[in-house]
Amino acid sequence: MVAFAFSENTVNLAYVFAAVCFVFGIKMLSSPTTARWGNRVSAAGMLVAVAFTLTLAEVDRYWLVAAGLALGAVLGAPAARLVKMTAMPQMVALLNGAGGGAAALVASAEFHRLAPLPGDLPADTLVASLASALIGGVTLSGSIVAFAKLQELVSGRPVTFQHQQAANAAVLAVALLCAVAAGLTEERFWVVPLVGAALVFGVLFVIPIGGADMPVVIAVLNAFSGLSGVAAGFVLDNNALIIGGTLVGASGTLLTLLMARAMGRSVANVVFGAFGQVAVAPGTAATVDGAVRATTPDDVAVMLAYAKRVVIVPGYGLAVAQAQHDVRKLADELERRRVDVRYAIHPVAGRMPGHMNVLLAEANVPYDQLYEMDRINPEFEQVDVALVVGANDVTNPAARNEPGSPIYGMPILDVDHAKSVVVLKRSMNPGFAGIDNPLYADPKTAMLFGDAKVSVAALVDAVKSV
Amino acid sequence: MDAELIGSLTIFALAVFLGFELISRVPTLLHTPLMSGTNAISGIIVVGAILVAGSSDSRLEQTLAFVALVLATINVVGGFLVTDRMLEMFRRRGAEGDE
Repeated sequence: MVAFAFSENTVNLAYVFAAVCFVFGIKMLSSPTTARWGNRVSAAGMLVAVAFTLTLAEVDRYWLVAAGLALGAVLGAPAARLVKMTAMPQMVALLNGAGGGAAALVASAEFHRLAPLPGDLPADTLVASLASALIGGVTLSGSIVAFAKLQELVSGRPVTFQHQQAANAAVLAVALLCAVAAGLTEERFWVVPLVGAALVFGVLFVIPIGGADMPVVIAVLNAFSGLSGVAAGFVLDNNALIIGGTLVGASGTLLTLLMARAMGRSVANVVFGAFGQVAVAPGTAATVDGAVRATTPDDVAVMLAYAKRVVIVPGYGLAVAQAQHDVRKLADELERRRVDVRYAIHPVAGRMPGHMNVLLAEANVPYDQLYEMDRINPEFEQVDVALVVGANDVTNPAARNEPGSPIYGMPILDVDHAKSVVVLKRSMNPGFAGIDNPLYADPKTAMLFGDAKVSVAALVDAVKSV
Repeated sequence: MDAELIGSLTIFALAVFLGFELISRVPTLLHTPLMSGTNAISGIIVVGAILVAGSSDSRLEQTLAFVALVLATINVVGGFLVTDRMLEMFRRRGAEGDE
């Protein structure tokens, strides 16, 4: 169909080029000034890899390939354009699932092709194709469950049942036995129960994990999608796949560790935490009762307008209330009065790693005002007002000084070190972890009750008229 | 073990180190785009899907690879576009577009 066909060597060279593009692309992500071009460099590498693959002589069913590419693009592009920034975790979950599913399917098809060939298959090809089918299957169904939880199609609460861990282990054992059987017999049939068990395991793996722990789950699934790609790379002897998949695996793994650390928990605790969870007796640790001080927008406006340094501490509650733009207006108004305004971003402030930064960037908050936890914490003592909007557990001093607290050990933003604290909160309901926050009873803390968006809008007006 | 496998394992081992080095330099500010961007890179499985879909003579393999091709393309196109959309929003103070 095409007039020319590059040799396999040329195509492999193109894959080397693609891999170099991926490496450079990620390197350019180390600064927000070069990041956008970095992403384009990676995309260019991908385009080259695809284009050269199409020129291979053995690829001759063009209509099928073209239809697949077109259909994928038609489905993927509008989703990328229309998805809301608050829904980014769901989007990434679905994309993880798509990548894992694709790897599982390619590996299964390869096994189907190779298994009946005369002679024994090389052990590495066998192991890699079965591993890819297994990990890819887990990634696909696990991602779909994660998507459903994040999209609130199903309840975000952990789903637990008796003997759950035994059931999970049994399903995983079935999957592994099928893989062994497939490897020893080289019978095509075994891939079907293998993938089936992998899909069931993916569901079982994610359902016991609660909504608040989803950032970790998404990172784990991200790593899995990379690993299934690496395995597929070994099957196809394709270095671009091995390198690309490994980079993704490394990224997913690092982010998983980072997220777990930001929650003050081990990865094992997040993944298996719902099992045998100890119910926290309400009000045992630090009870916050009537001692909180309520305030009014006018009072807060005066505090803010005459402050030198204000730090805004956004939590996911801010995004839920869609108050990002109002917060930015407030910051603009304060900066006009020469107040130094910064944002303190806890690593788990959003629903996935880095999520809050994206939400604020969307509201046109300049990124040099966004401070990560380790950078802002030493500065809180010089801060006049810390304005907490929709954040709770990540500001709870109990994590620092009450060994009995369930969140003890979780790194927090040291909001209580600021000279005064204003907390915008809908009501006195405790946060995700279901525990009281002694910050609210601190004498230097004032509470501004109400919907975050309404409260911030009232603050903007009040500051204007100070 | 054949030479090809040794070569692949070498590349894998080096890529692991390189991956951890590179990723650990990405600031937390950009972790969401990092995730969606690397996610798009994992869509490189698309070349595997093209190879199988385009060259296999078995109906079943073609079908499996076709579905894989659609999924992988969604992964690639959706991943890179959504990452670009996010990175476009990151602006420095006083930069253009900052009302």
